[in-house]
Amino acid sequence: MKKTKRFYGKGLPHVDAARLKGRLIVLEGADGSGRSTQIALLSDWLERHGYASTQVGLKRSELVAPELASAQEGNTLSPLTMSLFYATDFTDQLEHTIIPALRADFIVLADRYFYTLIARAMVRGLSKEWAVELYGIAIVPDAVFYLQVPPHVLAERTFRKNNTLDYWESGMDISRAGDMYQNFIRYQGRIRRAFKELQTDFGFDLINGNRSPSTIHAELVSRLQTVLELHPD
Amino acid sequence: MPEDLLGKLIVVEGLDGSGKSTQIRLLQRWLELENYRVYFTEWNSSPIVRKVTKRGKKAQLLTPTTFSLIHATDFADRFERHILPMLRAGYIVLADRYIYTAFARDVVRGVDRSWARNLYRYASKPDIALFFNVPLEVALSRILEGRPQLKYYEAGMDMGFATGVDESFRIFQGRVYEEYLRMVNEFGFVSVDGTRSPEVQQREIREVVKERIDLPRYKYEWKFP
Repeated sequence: MKKTKRFYGKGLPHVDAARLKGRLIVLEGADGSGRSTQIALLSDWLERHGYASTQVGLKRSELVAPELASAQEGNTLSPLTMSLFYATDFTDQLEHTIIPALRADFIVLADRYFYTLIARAMVRGLSKEWAVELYGIAIVPDAVFYLQVPPHVLAERTFRKNNTLDYWESGMDISRAGDMYQNFIRYQGRIRRAFKELQTDFGFDLINGNRSPSTIHAELVSRLQTVLELHPD
Repeated sequence: MPEDLLGKLIVVEGLDGSGKSTQIRLLQRWLELENYRVYFTEWNSSPIVRKVTKRGKKAQLLTPTTFSLIHATDFADRFERHILPMLRAGYIVLADRYIYTAFARDVVRGVDRSWARNLYRYASKPDIALFFNVPLEVALSRILEGRPQLKYYEAGMDMGFATGVDESFRIFQGRVYEEYLRMVNEFGFVSVDGTRSPEVQQREIREVVKERIDLPRYKYEWKFP
């Protein structure tokens, strides 16, 4: 039996969550935690077994993605304004991609959900409770996996891929004390603690991300089969 | 919200055609000519978000919730960049429309009342919130006679109230008006009868301002030549 869909809070006007079908699967985790790799593997797996799926992620909305990117580049907006800007981006995708896909009985794979946005807001001094109420418009996912990887491993993976640490993932907008590596480690630790706090509110499924992609994939598939009762041939 | 702000915040609210912009301009001119520290701001004026709002409106991409959020984003930027610093610095800030405009429009579009209020929780409470109360028909005729080219969202066309723009605008404004009336007590608006002549209203408003604000505190030490 599939669980009935519901909103976290007040919900969206003119949308009856209980009438949504489909399944919403969320992968959370820092950059370098293997999120995108796992999403790609899951997408292949679902398609191999004939399940229709679609993907969403942050900063991909038709409405604000370009402006959000340029605002980020210039770093001219405050944390509060950025939070609301991100909320607009999130909601645009929620209403124009996630909900229509669920209505059509698709499986939606979300490369991050609003939890990241709340964690970032918390680390920047905004109220958790304020943000939680804001995201009362969001659909409760069928499964949320949080890929946990220690900060120094994240740094190592980022170096292997890009040779340099990302400004935002190093929290350089909030603190520049010390060098970039130190900032990265400190910031990722803060985000991790914020997620730990959110864990009690939202109950993520913790996944040890410090293993090979195929091992993690196998674990995700087995958990999904139990949680979602997917029974491919 | 920090309550140690030196400045004062005066906002005007009301329907399009209620005369609030005329009145706040007159108030601004008076305060400027009397050499007070004054700053004027209006709804929807932040450059960063303006582009999105424009594109979203043009392509009709906006839903009630994204409409609400994009305006909240715009307001947050304007509040933190201009309104709050000016209040800290001891200015009299005059706002043509404030968070109540968002509350009214969002709720009419079906957004949850308390959800909308939460979005603006950080915003300073005005020292004076003037509500320009005119009967719906008066406001409508002032707008519909003078400016027949109503825009899509302005007329609430996204709500599907009616197929004609003018008819949709009437219905939308009617609901916005009801929402304003609900807020008079909730937020302690000072109601101004906007059917009277501009100078009579302005006289009344200046009296309210003199009564509620210790104006001498906001005077510049000397005049710019």
